[in-house]
Amino acid sequence: MLSRRLIACLDVRNGSVVKGVQFADLADAGDPAALARRYNSEGIDELVILDVTATIENRRALQETLRKVSAELFIPLAVGGGIRSEADAAAALDAGADKVALNSAALEDPSLLTRLASRYGSQAVITAIDAKLGHAGTYEVFARSGRSATQREAVEWAREAADRGAGEILLTSIDRDGTRSGFDCTLTAAVSGAVSIPVIASGGAGSFEHFYDVFTQGSADAALAASVFHFSEHAVGELKGYLRERGVPVRL
Amino acid sequence: MIAVVDYGAGNLTSVLKGIRAAGGNPAVTAVPEDLVDAAGVVIPGVGHFAATRALDPRMRQALLAFAAGGRPVLGICLGLQFLFEGSTEAPGVRGLGLLRGECTLLPSLPGLKVPHVGWNSLAVRGPSALLDGLGDGAQVYFTHSYAAPVTDATVATTEHGIPFAAAVERGNVFGVQFHPEKSSEAGLRVLRSFVQISKFPDFQISKSC
Repeated sequence: MLSRRLIACLDVRNGSVVKGVQFADLADAGDPAALARRYNSEGIDELVILDVTATIENRRALQETLRKVSAELFIPLAVGGGIRSEADAAAALDAGADKVALNSAALEDPSLLTRLASRYGSQAVITAIDAKLGHAGTYEVFARSGRSATQREAVEWAREAADRGAGEILLTSIDRDGTRSGFDCTLTAAVSGAVSIPVIASGGAGSFEHFYDVFTQGSADAALAASVFHFSEHAVGELKGYLRERGVPVRL
Repeated sequence: MIAVVDYGAGNLTSVLKGIRAAGGNPAVTAVPEDLVDAAGVVIPGVGHFAATRALDPRMRQALLAFAAGGRPVLGICLGLQFLFEGSTEAPGVRGLGLLRGECTLLPSLPGLKVPHVGWNSLAVRGPSALLDGLGDGAQVYFTHSYAAPVTDATVATTEHGIPFAAAVERGNVFGVQFHPEKSSEAGLRVLRSFVQISKFPDFQISKSC
């Protein structure tokens, strides 16, 4: 049976790992290559490196960080932040990433998803969607690290991204990000039910129960977290044990 | 040297890194002449079955001759599917035909997503040089929508809606639907086995007869 994936996110700025609370107030949490090694030995299923400030400062994700992280890693590695063109994607993949996550650039030019999918395969293309609950009860998509409203609706954009060739959706709740109050299961279930490609839930992980909830109520295919994994060396194994006991298939 | 066939689709960085980590010496090739000195050939691949059309027709002949000569060939993901006769993904595009059967789309069933992405377990069906040392139930990383049928060449199956061929082996022809270069220790073990088979082909040939 296909396992639900646990993905550790390394929010990187200037070559070191930081963790944001609602995309601000970044506090230091370590060396990316050392953390990647630790996660790999703890049994994490996949890693995402997010260059959190790349889009704003118009920088590409640090090639050197990717090389160091991927050097000894034999699990899937995705990178996001600052992937704005086919050339950016090529540079990230050459540096050792297996997948690139596009957010603002895909919103500005959705055909970029199709071009990347035909060149590298859909499995290499993730559409990252940052969504926030609006007054009308629908989820609005934001670009540029949560700073620009797009007036697009999350479910509708996820469908379009899948149709255009994205192989996975990385869905972040801006409302929950960094709060440790739980994933947004309503948002996740709505998107997961609307597309046939896997949905990675992100934003809000604070306890083991939150992961159970997002895999069951939220129908997430994978769940991503940062600080939950950063500050304990036993979190990955213990979390997998917790999920397995409750009937959620995981890789042990 | 292990030749890694490049037909212009996807990224080979991870495959090359995996072969190196398994003790092999990989070299990317797109021309048939490079196969002359190769101890083994890896056919990687991601994406659409039609991508294999980009392969030089001479390379196709060279691969068939290479396999007929008894040296080991390993297809990974789309590379495994390419070992078969064809795929409903691209009717009219011929596979290598080293194994019998046609690849088909995984079924869409309630609660099961296609593509099949993530870690899933292997059900090992019998002795296999490639899967040597891998326990039944070992988890490996997949990402695909089409799959090869279970035949007598199948040495491990995986289930996603239906059972499909996760690993195939017939003499010197090997294939894995999963990505060994992305499957942590279990995957590296598979690559190490292939590197060993490439280094000691006589061992492999005597074993397959």
